[in-house]
Amino acid sequence: MKEKFQNIIDYCIPLTAVAALLVFWQIMHTVGVLPEYMLPSPIQVVTAFVEDFPLLMQHVWVTLWEAFAGLAIGIGLGFVAAFLMEYCHTVYRALYPILVITQTVPTVAIAPLLVLWLGYGTAPKITLVVIVTFFPIAVGLLDGFKEADMDAICLLKAMGASRLQIFWHIKLPGGLSHLFAGVRISVSYAIVGAVISEWLGGFQGLGVYMTRVKKSYAYDKMFAVIFLITALSLLLMKAVDLIQKVAMPWNRKETTGKKTE
Amino acid sequence: MKLEVKEVSAAFGDKKVLEDIQINLAERELVSLLGASGVGKTTLFHVIAGLLVPDTGSVWLEGDEITGSPGKISYMLQKDMLLPYKTVLDNVSLPLQIKKKGKRAARQEAKQYFREFGLEGYEDKYPSQLSGGMRQRAALLRTYLFSSKVALLDEPFSALDTMTKSAMHQWYLSVMERIHLSTLLITHDMDEAILLSDRIYILAGKPGKIKAEICIDCKKPRNSDFMLTEEFLSYKKQIIELI
Repeated sequence: MKEKFQNIIDYCIPLTAVAALLVFWQIMHTVGVLPEYMLPSPIQVVTAFVEDFPLLMQHVWVTLWEAFAGLAIGIGLGFVAAFLMEYCHTVYRALYPILVITQTVPTVAIAPLLVLWLGYGTAPKITLVVIVTFFPIAVGLLDGFKEADMDAICLLKAMGASRLQIFWHIKLPGGLSHLFAGVRISVSYAIVGAVISEWLGGFQGLGVYMTRVKKSYAYDKMFAVIFLITALSLLLMKAVDLIQKVAMPWNRKETTGKKTE
Repeated sequence: MKLEVKEVSAAFGDKKVLEDIQINLAERELVSLLGASGVGKTTLFHVIAGLLVPDTGSVWLEGDEITGSPGKISYMLQKDMLLPYKTVLDNVSLPLQIKKKGKRAARQEAKQYFREFGLEGYEDKYPSQLSGGMRQRAALLRTYLFSSKVALLDEPFSALDTMTKSAMHQWYLSVMERIHLSTLLITHDMDEAILLSDRIYILAGKPGKIKAEICIDCKKPRNSDFMLTEEFLSYKKQIIELI
């Protein structure tokens, strides 16, 4: 009972803080401290969101599709790269520095090139998402593989296990939590990556919508889409948490079974 | 002879760890290696398990040389080393899966032993849901399923509290009676060594050598009352003088 109460309080504090901030913002507006043409009030943002909802939904699907397709390819490639680097030390020595260097190249700088090479369709968007999501996955997984318990490996070796069996039974499950940590970062990168590449040219998507409303100085709509993107990222991160809970049942809180002798 | 270790010496770089170790283990015998920590007991186990190739000497199992070839003798490490992400049943049947038995067949075979090892009803739990004693029993069952010929146990009971430990000793002795396992046990606990063993090798010095071999000629199964007898104390005295 006490625990439940504590839970409610834990939820209430951040929610109240956000609500207070919004109320403060609205009051500043009503009083007239903030001019409407620079920063719309929360109520105006909500109104804009509701008005443009059908249009926003059309664009959301395009952006989500690009983000998901890119994320899926990024996870796949990241996994293959991590596996190869783990399995063969030469590949690790050759590939790892390249990975780090490519990561320092700002994505915003490559995006225009991708548009030039791949056109205005979805291809350059998906490619950019692949590039931004690949790194956290590959490096996270590789760290997970390298952190495997030496004693557990020793035990499996004593059982006569092959390298692949050690990978399957020890390294892969050990790397799972790292994989999910990487995916959690990658989902928000994926959405942002898709939006940025849409800015640079395209026909549909939240980024395209953003550039259009920017040109018409519709600040309320700008904010509406910014909040939508934030909400999407949060929802997707939450979804990753849920998938992790299902995929790694041993990590759940140990309330299902008491310790017994 | 079930297991023979012949003139094994091992070194890490310039540092000699083991010198001229001779050990043997007969069918259904329980033999302890007693010695202070850092004397090379675990290194010796790595040699016997085939994880480490000794500089000189050889290891023989039932007349075949197995020096440097793992997978023949089962080995239980100091920690229980149950994998947290596998259920108890999958943990225990792991050695069978490594031997390329199908997952289903491996599970089925492992399941038969759950009652004997006091784990019935816990097949689908995760290791974190078990008590220390049960985890140890699960690890022992996994060790047994790995090879029913010879088991190497590296301080299997050292992490348990005194009460659980004493219960585990009784349980292990009674299980040994039924499953005919030959065991080589590492311990630094004299009482444990005298209570459980048929023979005790005392490992001491740098590099580690077999300093003495003591036969414990008392009938089995022994219970905890044995620890209060004159006999027990005289063995203990003998060991203390040797160490």
